[in-house]
Amino acid sequence: MAFSLTTSNMFGELGRFASWFKGDCIAPEEYSGLAVTEKLENVQMLDKYNLRNPSKGTLYFATTHLIFVDHEMRKETWILLMHISSVERLPITTTGSPLLVRTKTFQSVFFVIPRERDCHEMHQTLLRLSQPVNLDELYCFHYKSTPDDLPKSAGWNFFDIQTEYQRMNVPNDQWVLCTANKDYELCDTYPSEVYVPARASSAVLLGSASFRSRGRLPVLAYLHHNNAAIARCSQPLSGFAARCMEDEQMLDLIRRANPNCGYMYVVDTRPKINAMVNRAAGKGYENEAFYDNIKFQFIGIGNIHVMRKSLQKLVETCEQNSPTMSSFLSGLESSGWLKHIKSILDASWWIAKAIECGVSVCVHCSDGWDRTAQVCSLAAVCLEPHYRTINGYQALIEKDWLSFGHKFTARCGHVACDSRERSPVFTQLLDCTWQLLRQAPEAFQFNERFLLTLHDHAHACQYGTFIGNCEKDRRDLRLWERTFSLWGYMASHLNEYKNPLYNPKAHPDVLKPDLSPQSIRFWRGMYCRHESGIHPRESLADILPAAVEHSGALTHHIDYLAKRISTFKSLLSGRKADKSKESAVVNYQNGSDNTEIDTKVEALQIDNKLLYECSGNLTELECANDDHPLKDVGTAAPTGKIPLITEKADAAVPATLAQLESEINTVALDWKSLKNVTECSCSTPLDHFSRKHHCWGCGRCVCTRCVSARAPLPALAAPRAVPLCAACAPTTPATPTSPTSPPHNLVTPAT
Amino acid sequence: MEFIELILINRLDGVILKYPHHDNVDGTVCITGHHLILSSRKEGVCELWLLHKNIDNIEKKETKVSGGILRGGSLFLKCKDLRIFQLDISSTSELNLLAQTLENLSTIQDPSLFYPFFYRHMHPIMENGYTLYSVEGEFTKVLATEEWRISRVNQYYTVCASYPKGVMVPKVIDDETLAAAATFRQGGRFPVLSYRHNNGAVLLRAGQPLYGPKHRRCRPDEAILNTVVSAGMKGVIYDLRSSNAILQQQNKGGGSESPANYSQWKIYNRSMDEVDNQQQLLESFSKLIEACVDREISSDKWLSKLESSGWPESVRNSLHTACIVAQHIHQKAEPVLLHGTRGEDATLLVCSLVQIILNPDCRTIRGLQALIEREWLQAGHPFGSRLRSGPYSASPARSAPTFPLFLDCVRQFLEQFPCSFEYRQCFLVVLFEHAYSSQFGTFLCDSDQERETRGVYDQTTSIWSWINQPDELTAYINPMYDPTPNVIWPSVAPMSYVIWEELYLRWLADQHTEEREEQYKVIRTREQHLRAQALQLRRELLELANQYYAPNTK
Repeated sequence: MAFSLTTSNMFGELGRFASWFKGDCIAPEEYSGLAVTEKLENVQMLDKYNLRNPSKGTLYFATTHLIFVDHEMRKETWILLMHISSVERLPITTTGSPLLVRTKTFQSVFFVIPRERDCHEMHQTLLRLSQPVNLDELYCFHYKSTPDDLPKSAGWNFFDIQTEYQRMNVPNDQWVLCTANKDYELCDTYPSEVYVPARASSAVLLGSASFRSRGRLPVLAYLHHNNAAIARCSQPLSGFAARCMEDEQMLDLIRRANPNCGYMYVVDTRPKINAMVNRAAGKGYENEAFYDNIKFQFIGIGNIHVMRKSLQKLVETCEQNSPTMSSFLSGLESSGWLKHIKSILDASWWIAKAIECGVSVCVHCSDGWDRTAQVCSLAAVCLEPHYRTINGYQALIEKDWLSFGHKFTARCGHVACDSRERSPVFTQLLDCTWQLLRQAPEAFQFNERFLLTLHDHAHACQYGTFIGNCEKDRRDLRLWERTFSLWGYMASHLNEYKNPLYNPKAHPDVLKPDLSPQSIRFWRGMYCRHESGIHPRESLADILPAAVEHSGALTHHIDYLAKRISTFKSLLSGRKADKSKESAVVNYQNGSDNTEIDTKVEALQIDNKLLYECSGNLTELECANDDHPLKDVGTAAPTGKIPLITEKADAAVPATLAQLESEINTVALDWKSLKNVTECSCSTPLDHFSRKHHCWGCGRCVCTRCVSARAPLPALAAPRAVPLCAACAPTTPATPTSPTSPPHNLVTPAT
Repeated sequence: MEFIELILINRLDGVILKYPHHDNVDGTVCITGHHLILSSRKEGVCELWLLHKNIDNIEKKETKVSGGILRGGSLFLKCKDLRIFQLDISSTSELNLLAQTLENLSTIQDPSLFYPFFYRHMHPIMENGYTLYSVEGEFTKVLATEEWRISRVNQYYTVCASYPKGVMVPKVIDDETLAAAATFRQGGRFPVLSYRHNNGAVLLRAGQPLYGPKHRRCRPDEAILNTVVSAGMKGVIYDLRSSNAILQQQNKGGGSESPANYSQWKIYNRSMDEVDNQQQLLESFSKLIEACVDREISSDKWLSKLESSGWPESVRNSLHTACIVAQHIHQKAEPVLLHGTRGEDATLLVCSLVQIILNPDCRTIRGLQALIEREWLQAGHPFGSRLRSGPYSASPARSAPTFPLFLDCVRQFLEQFPCSFEYRQCFLVVLFEHAYSSQFGTFLCDSDQERETRGVYDQTTSIWSWINQPDELTAYINPMYDPTPNVIWPSVAPMSYVIWEELYLRWLADQHTEEREEQYKVIRTREQHLRAQALQLRRELLELANQYYAPNTK
């Protein structure tokens, strides 16, 4: 069975699947199925809260991970090499040479290595491995199979820009698809398909592009149902006095594409002083005197360097050895992080308000791929409920970030490059989204885990989705052929990202955020994720979804019981079982709860269906809740592959009462509470962010690794494979769909 | 009624009430002895009923029009429940009269004029809250150990003015010894039992020993303490003051126990000075609230004010101290004695928090009521003085939000253990509000003695009588409650602190906690309902199956 390395690891799960192999299975050059290039014994790992009792163990250098194993405590720490952001050697001590490893996922680990030479080598190795020189060396190009045995194509076509604009009723008589950028000749960092005012001539487009930094001319980013539009671009090359008739015309056409309003806003998201400085370099901002009917507005959001330094200070604050309330709060204040988060949200809400009032807005910053992307996306999240769904948010990232050239590779530091290009711009988008989610959880279909997954994968390079700096880069790299898509992986784990509090009716329209400084909070779940002791000891984020899943299990069990009851009733009354079959099926259909089905993105469902059918394997797709978008697909699947319980149940009743009882008892009525769970039965510690599963058979709580099989249970009236622990899993395959043993195609990419 | 002299104006038309997140209300203000009532006399517009005692501070702002002529102005009523109302009044003389009237009424000091003595509860009282939590009832299990007894040495409040009539003491100690020990403790607060853990370790509390510069000792006091230490063990005394504060007190005749005289005890100290210093705590709370209600505040200012208020640190420190004490009791089974100077503030706070950590009963609604009765009301926390003024007033002596600090600490527990508590945070908000001003008499006066002599127990209604009515009670039940039978250790890391937004920020922005909790309830109820249904169907099926298979077995 293959596991997704980063995802599991970041929630501290995969980190523990060594015990799956247990002791002697560890070959000298392999660890948990990963090829180990090097191994260091007697290494100490220091915990900042427990400096006196370091754990001692072995450090393995696998091809993708750095793994520390404390054999005595059976504790493992996994660090994805691509996640390493810095490696620092500290002054030598009596016990050895300390090495501080920091990750992009805000983990910092101290190793003390007995021999200085080893430490030096390890330092060099880590530096080399964590920052490849060429894009081709990235993990995604060597990653061979996903945990769900998805084909490589899965997910690459989930989102396409035309569908996304069609959802906004574009093209229409005001906005049209422009083919001038088909081969990126107009602007190489823009998508090949851009939407522009219907009346904009090629001359206007060309002229405007030539007057904008890097050719990033004003194009449509979002169209509200009241015809007010968000357009995005880069700064004009105006300098102190330059003007461009075509650009002025272009903005005027954008304004006129919204017939309801006589003016429009041009928002420069930079602080005014920065914009002024740019003027001296021949760039700058629009002169209100040259552009008719525009209102110009500065909204000061700091640049990438300000944000990078701010995050650095924030991380230092979180890393304090024994933080006092005072040092933590003043560190938080002096980092300025929350101030910056607020400034981004302020700008976004300002734009959203203008749009809501029917005024179009044209947004830019310098190049229009950092701050502009942030505020365009967040304004859309506030304005349009669709963008608060899982698919919608992914589509938004696809459109505003990937298509419009947010430089993920540069900003996330995927390969060795100028460190001044790195900046937590995308992290801030997620943080801002988390602020909105925290304030109004019922407005969002996704949960915190969804945002953390996006964050970690943007840096992990396991999937090709975030590789490259713009659409053209990705096309040149042929990522869709050579790598897996994160969207494919996420689509088969949708259940993990669903927010049980989501209620689309709660905020059917604009979501008004509370932007008072008192309501902008420090995101502990992101920046202190790896500190186990500080999170709520009982997590509603686990307990509520478990309650929902349990309800789903019970519903299927109830349907089964009802069916059996009617069978017995008719048997007892001497009638044929045929009728009961009908009524049972009807009963089952009535019993299912389809309220939350997200039917909007049909493309996604169709694609997943295809994917599901060719994989032929039961994955989590089928174990999803009733409202999983793929549920209908699952039930409609050919019966040859999945024996339907309905047939089996009606074919015959069990021979004896004892058999019936044992059939009933294959499903647990009670599930173990997730409240006090600190470890799985395999003694793997489970922390706040570990994904916890329930075995549907016995109701025990198990870790990802211990979900040893997925198989349908006879006492469930649904042909779905459900998660089972080793004890409950059928010893002989009950159906051809539950494999006897996991395929041993563990992820061992070539070095 | 003597209110007549205080009420200079009892009715005023054309007052405009301005309140954030609400439409302005144009209405008539009526002043009664206890309430300010503002009514628009229109259908569907809420009337405002404000207890005068809830008013913390009144600010008057006169409107000057051109030429310096006064044209009325605004009254800002800052309330102890943290709300701020603005009343616009068009005539200056009426403005002044109303301001003076409210000033008069809100600063009445005589408890017998307070509203609880005039309030008649509408519903029949099923349980009298005043008699619900007797010392006998609360300590039944402890009494059964035969090691402890209830002493009536304080029956007439002569030994200790701030203790109740009955206190729990070691069985082998007689009343004379207690009385003698009382002379050695501040305020006569001799060591009494606060809590006995299920491993037999006990938590005691007292006032500071009057050790003084002359190094006094008191054999009866030592005797009381030594009886709780089993052979071969040592007890732990936690003095909740800094070394400096102890030294200062020693010069004034107080101090800490001398290790020489209490050889069976390890004596530690851990500073909770900021909690025991009333003025400092009130200032801290005022700064916090000032920052919380400031709509114009910048992000930087907000964080720096939050930090400099010291309130988050007080919350963290209280929890941390409680954790340390609870560890001694739970993990080492050592008896612990807690005291500060008077032992009426920080000591009670820590005693209560230790019990929330250790004792699952305290995490139920009735358990919290009992805890507040035992450790706050009966233990002599001077509610009357401490909560005379809130965060908006110019700190009069002895006022301090010790009890609100306790509630805030409990709120932190609810955040970290959302399933272990039977009550939800709105219960704590209700307690916060009623502790300051209420129609119920529970939180009146400074001690059991004062409540008894003033007739609180006979003439007023207990808040528990009201809360425990089934209809009322359901509103406070946490839908996620799933009792945890053992101890719960909260995180005391600064990152774990959360601001109590449902209280401090509720007037700044709408809080949706309760709607969310309703959602939890829906999810939980559905799960429980389905489980019950499945169980029922299983029975039904087995019954049918039995019928079906029965002939085969015959």
